[in-house]
Amino acid sequence: MSAVSTLKHPALSERFNADEPRVDWHDATLWWIREKRDKAAHTLYEDWESLRNAASAIKDNVLGNLADYLTQFEQNAQANGVQVHWAADAAEHNQIVLSILKEAGAQRMVKSKSMLTEECHLNEYLAENGIDVVDTDLGERIVQLAEEGPSHIVMPCIHWKKEEIGELFHEHLGTPKGNADPQLLTEAARQHLRDKFLTRRVALTGVNFAVAETGEFVVCTNEGNADMGVHLADVHIACMGIEKIIPRREHLGVFLRLLARSATGQPITTYSSHFNKPRDGAQMHIVLVDNGRSQQLGREAFRNSLKCIRCGACMNTCPVYRRSGGHSYHNAVAGPIGAILAPNLDLSKYSDLPFASTLCGSCSNVCPVKINIHEQLYEWRQELTRNGKVDFGKKTGLKIMATVLSNPALYRSMGKMGRWTLRHIPGMVNNSLNPWFKQRDMPEAPTESFREWYVKNRK
Amino acid sequence: MSNSREQILAKVRANQPQDERPLPDLSVFPSRSGELQDQFMTVLSLIGGKAIKVANYAAIEEYLRSNPYNGRMVTSIQELNSIAKPISAPGDPHELADVELAIISGAFGVAENSAIWVTEANFVQRATPFICQHLAIVLPAQEICANMHQAYQRLQGQTYNFGVFIAGPSKTADIEQSLVLGAHGARTMTVFLLEN
Repeated sequence: MSAVSTLKHPALSERFNADEPRVDWHDATLWWIREKRDKAAHTLYEDWESLRNAASAIKDNVLGNLADYLTQFEQNAQANGVQVHWAADAAEHNQIVLSILKEAGAQRMVKSKSMLTEECHLNEYLAENGIDVVDTDLGERIVQLAEEGPSHIVMPCIHWKKEEIGELFHEHLGTPKGNADPQLLTEAARQHLRDKFLTRRVALTGVNFAVAETGEFVVCTNEGNADMGVHLADVHIACMGIEKIIPRREHLGVFLRLLARSATGQPITTYSSHFNKPRDGAQMHIVLVDNGRSQQLGREAFRNSLKCIRCGACMNTCPVYRRSGGHSYHNAVAGPIGAILAPNLDLSKYSDLPFASTLCGSCSNVCPVKINIHEQLYEWRQELTRNGKVDFGKKTGLKIMATVLSNPALYRSMGKMGRWTLRHIPGMVNNSLNPWFKQRDMPEAPTESFREWYVKNRK
Repeated sequence: MSNSREQILAKVRANQPQDERPLPDLSVFPSRSGELQDQFMTVLSLIGGKAIKVANYAAIEEYLRSNPYNGRMVTSIQELNSIAKPISAPGDPHELADVELAIISGAFGVAENSAIWVTEANFVQRATPFICQHLAIVLPAQEICANMHQAYQRLQGQTYNFGVFIAGPSKTADIEQSLVLGAHGARTMTVFLLEN
């Protein structure tokens, strides 16, 4: 996250693909999580599809009534004694957090996982302003020590091998050199972070769901780091995108049944904490952040992306994500969902992401809130082309392909030429100028096309 | 800041879809009856917790005497004060840093995921169930509902300052997806299912 890269998805994937066994390992790990998700979904076989429909319908209702729900939530939260802030963009969000820290006279803060703060680059901003931030989710702490961003929204260091984490912890936490035992490394992190929890007076968390009806918000973790942070601090800052609102408390039943099952295959996260009122003598702040969301709401083809509950199922199932790694998306949120959210923020910078997909549709099939992710990827491609954001090579290639595919005679003669070339001068295509040759062997050319065979054999 | 509020709300109002979007009927999720207690215990063991059926508080005390925790024990349950000290009234939560075992009472459990609902009223200090090394929850055995829809029906209209569903011990799998129990919260979770 620190190094601003101008490289696009293909180049960054190529870097990740340099180490083939690692790609295979990454691919297999994520697929294993996808399978766990499937098993968890099947335990609710009678309800699963109805739950997805209900979740999607609730979010539809939220998108249609968001302004009212936001003001209702604000009113109820304020009545609960919570201070509510509004941030139009990332910069304002960061300023608000800094001002709360300054008011509390705090130079240090613990923070549990919040993809929103990653999106806003809060850590960098606070560091520039002399605030020491410690990420307390184990995976987040690992990538923070390594000075990089998370590569997955649920499993931030899914791209790290345990031996590398052992090395990193040896350097930073003094664990024995060469020891890569997850139990030992987790214990070391527990001791290291417990000290932070006990000594920090301000704690920041994300928000999974905020209930308009009651003004409460829910934070889900397995590690307990959000709770350890806030219950030991004097000030709790909770940052949320405005789309995290749900109408009523009873709707949590639908979302909590779906979230962990979709994310990791667990029946529920260890802790689902419901915050209504600050502790006696403590402060609670909520920062409501827009940062492009209201704009996305106005884009009819893309507004459903705002239904996302950040489970990561679309990443785990994505054949491109699994083989290119989260960092290849050069955005806080990677994978298919990141690829439909990011272009809204910066069309040029993220013009590559909607193309980082095979459009196979697996993402849409696993999405717990039924976002039509693959259709939106296709929509973004058209939008990008209309806006002149597609590079010359891709544009020309697609134009040629369209001409060939729409002209049967041309298609047949090109096919013939292709088969002849593959058979007689394979060097013409088996070379580095042909991108298809990069990671695969070209196929053996058949002597005739299906059409030729069919014409001959038709009775 | 309030300027941003108006701006955001105006933009949301202008951009939000105008068509009718009714909320779904949640009664389509039937309450499935069955062996809720068995399901609760099975799921709990799958997520790393431990369930023990007990007849009364004396049985809990007896269990804790024969399976002792070496260190400070606190409880919010008066009946267990013979074995654990009461959690002092809300004060400095840091005071709980050396708690080895905390025993609190749970309001109800959920069979489908073994989550137990507890509120601040059940444990006095919000930090209690997280900061302790080990957590025990006493749950009346008949207070188990089937799923999360039923759970929120129970919570309908209730007020609480802070409440949490706790399902098993604190855990992480951030290092190569190897499951490790005891991330930052309690290392173990024992549920005493109180039979009467």
